[in-house]
Amino acid sequence: MNNPQLNKHGELQHLLSTEGLPARIVRDILDRAEGFLGVAGEREIRKVPLLHGKSVFNIFFENSTRTRTTFEIAAKRLSADVVNLNIGSSSTSKGETLLDTVDNLCAMHADMFVVRHSSSGAAHLIARHVAPDIHVVNAGDGRHAHPTQALLDMFTIRHYKKEFHNLRVAIVGDVLHSRVARSQIHALTTLGVPEVRVIAPKTLLPTAVENLGVQVYHDMEQGLKDVDVVMMLRLQNERMQGALLPSAQEYFKKYGLTQERLAVAKSDAIVMHPGPMNRGVEIDSSVADGAQSVILPQVTFGIAVRMAVMSLLAGK
Amino acid sequence: MNIHIKNGRVIDPKNQIDAVQDVFIGSGRVIALGSAPAGFVADRVIDASGLVVAPGLIDLAARLREPGYEYRATLESELDAAVAGGITALACPPDTDPALDEPGLVEMLKHRAMMLNQSRVYPVGALTTALKGAELTEMAELVDAGCVAFSQADAPLTDTRVLLRAMQYAATFGYGVWLRPQDSFLAKNGVAHDGEVATRLGLPAIPVCAETIALSTMLQLARETGARLHICRLSSAESVELVRAAKRQGLALTCDVSANHVHLSDRDIGFFDSNCHLVPPLRSLRDRDALRAGLLDGSIDAICSDHTPVDDDAKLLPFAEAEAGATGLELLLPLTLKWAEQARLSLSDALAKVTAEPARILGQNGGHLSVGAVADVCVFDPASYWKVEAAALKSQGKNTPFLGLEMQGRVRYTLVDGQVVYQG
Repeated sequence: MNNPQLNKHGELQHLLSTEGLPARIVRDILDRAEGFLGVAGEREIRKVPLLHGKSVFNIFFENSTRTRTTFEIAAKRLSADVVNLNIGSSSTSKGETLLDTVDNLCAMHADMFVVRHSSSGAAHLIARHVAPDIHVVNAGDGRHAHPTQALLDMFTIRHYKKEFHNLRVAIVGDVLHSRVARSQIHALTTLGVPEVRVIAPKTLLPTAVENLGVQVYHDMEQGLKDVDVVMMLRLQNERMQGALLPSAQEYFKKYGLTQERLAVAKSDAIVMHPGPMNRGVEIDSSVADGAQSVILPQVTFGIAVRMAVMSLLAGK
Repeated sequence: MNIHIKNGRVIDPKNQIDAVQDVFIGSGRVIALGSAPAGFVADRVIDASGLVVAPGLIDLAARLREPGYEYRATLESELDAAVAGGITALACPPDTDPALDEPGLVEMLKHRAMMLNQSRVYPVGALTTALKGAELTEMAELVDAGCVAFSQADAPLTDTRVLLRAMQYAATFGYGVWLRPQDSFLAKNGVAHDGEVATRLGLPAIPVCAETIALSTMLQLARETGARLHICRLSSAESVELVRAAKRQGLALTCDVSANHVHLSDRDIGFFDSNCHLVPPLRSLRDRDALRAGLLDGSIDAICSDHTPVDDDAKLLPFAEAEAGATGLELLLPLTLKWAEQARLSLSDALAKVTAEPARILGQNGGHLSVGAVADVCVFDPASYWKVEAAALKSQGKNTPFLGLEMQGRVRYTLVDGQVVYQG
C-alpha cells in the first residue's frame, strides 16, 4: 500500500498521521522545531520568510480555538498569508460537501490546508483529492489522528528527557475516543520508546489496542509505577452519557492524576496534557500546576513544531 | 424461437451435469440436451465452443433502487447490469422509498420489471410497515401481489415481541422470513469491524456480538415458531458456527453471504477506502476464512451480490459519512469463479451457490437446465479477463472495492425465457 503522506521521493507531502511516518522525518521535524524555538518565543526577530507568498487555509469543521490559533501563529511567523475558516458542522447541512468546500478554496490558490474534521479519514480524503502541489496537514480527524499534537509531545519529551530509547511512558484516560492517544502511541513506538502503557477502564479502551504496541493497565498505581512520562488525555463530558462511565467523580477517584499517585512514578517524571484540561476530573490542580507539569511549555513548543511541519512541507 | 447452443461445456449443478453437449431451446424452455429433438430447426445457433453454458444466476439480494432512489439507479440500468452479469433472476430487498409494504408498490415493481423483459424480479416484502418494526404488513396480500418472502432489509427490529409475532404469522402461511442479524444497540453508529483496523483508523466499531446476539435470538424464535428462516449476509466466524450448530440440530434454515465478504476483510479498508464501507462490515481475515469454510460445508447455502448502487457523491465523503454498499450484479459471477479457483472447488459446486441453491431458498423452480425447465441460461467465457472500471459497468453504481482489479470470467450470452437478452 502506498503511504499517502510521502511523495515518490520519500519526502513528506502531507502530514496525516504519525502512523507510517518514518523516524527520519519525525527527527527532522523535531530538529527543525529546535531551530524555530527562538523564533517562536524568546528571540526578538519573530518572523522568518520561509513561507513568504504562500497561502495557508485553516479549515476547521470542528470547533477549536487553541489548535487553530497555534497553527495561525506558526504560519504567520513563517510569513505566510493565513485564512481561517470555521465551517462547523452547519455548512454540510447547507448542501456543500467537504470536497466542494476544498475545491472552492483551491480555486483561491491555497498552498496548504490545515484541516480539522469530526470524521476519521477526512484529511486523507482531502489529500487524495487536491492537486499535487497542495499540502494537507491533519489538525485532528475524528478519533483517528492528531499528528502535530503528538509531534509536539515528542518534542517536549526530548526536551526534558533527551533520549527515547530508555523511557517508560504512560498514556492515561479515554484512549477509545482519542486521536491524540493514537498519534502519541505511533510516534512513541516509531522513536523507539521500549515501553508504552495505556491506563484506562475497559470502557475507554479500543479493541485490540495492545496490537498497537502498548501494554494495558486498568489500575493507576500499577500503570504509573516507575514511568518517566505521564501523558494525560482529556475526558469529554459526554462520556458520562453513553454508559461508559458512571460519573466524573468516580472517574477522578479511580483515574484522576493526584500527587499521591504521581509519587509512584519516577521522581523526575514529567506530566503532560494536550489541553484543555478538566481540573478535578482527569487531573488534580496541584499536579497540573506542580513542579513536574510541563503542560504550558507544551503549548510554546507546539508553535515551533507546527512551524517545522509547515516549513518542511512548503518551505523554500 | 428455437435456439441451438452448440459445443458448450454444460454445467448444471442441480442435475450434476458437467459435459460438453448441445442445448436445444424452444418456446422458452430447454427442450433437449445432447442431440436435437426430431424436427428441430434452429432459428439461431450460438457457438459456445470454449464457453460454459450454465443456468442463469439467481441473486438473493440486489437493490434496484426503485421506487424512491432513482437518482442512484433505475430498473432499466440495474436490470441491464443484471443480465450483463448473467443474472436471470433476482430478489430485491424491501428498503425502497416507500418500503415494499403495499401490494400496489409490489405490483408496480413487478409490472415495470416485466415490461423491461430482462431478469425476473422477485420482490421481498417488508416484514413490518415502513420497516419500522412495529406493525405487521399484509403479508398474504403482498404474496398475492408477487412477494416471495418477507424481510426487514437493514432496518432494525428492536422489539423482540414484534419479531416473534411476525415469524409466527409468516409461519402460519409458510412464508419465508429473511433476516440480517444485527443488534441495533450494539451496532449503533458503527461503521467497521471491531478489531485492530478500526482501532488504528479510529472508526466507530461494530462488535461481532452485535451479529451473534441477534442471530441467537432469531434461531431461538425460529425453533419456537417453526418459521422458514433465511439468514442474510453473515459476516463473522462465530455466526457461521451458530448456523452450523443449528443446522446440525435439525433446524430448517438457510443462509447467504455476500460475494464481497467471501473475498475481503477489514484490512482492505486501507486508508479509509469508502468503497469498503459495507453492511455488514468487512470483518477480519479469520472471519472471511470461516465464511469460506461455511460455504464449503454447506452451513452457508448461497452467495449473493448484495448489490447496492451508490452515487459517487455519496462515496466521496469521510469513511463513516459515506453511504454504505457496493455495486455487485456484474461481479457476482467472476467473484464466484475466483472463489472456486482459490478454494480448489469444481465449477459445478461453486455455481450451485449462485444457481440451484438460491432457487431453492426462493422456493422457485429455476436454477437448472433440466429438459422442460424455463430456459434461463448464462453462457460465459471462464478464461476471459476484464478490468473492473466505471466504464465497464452497466450499473449506475460504480462503487466497488474491486475497482481497478482484474476479473476472470465474462458473460457472452444471457437468455431469459429462451430469449437472448444480453450478448457481450
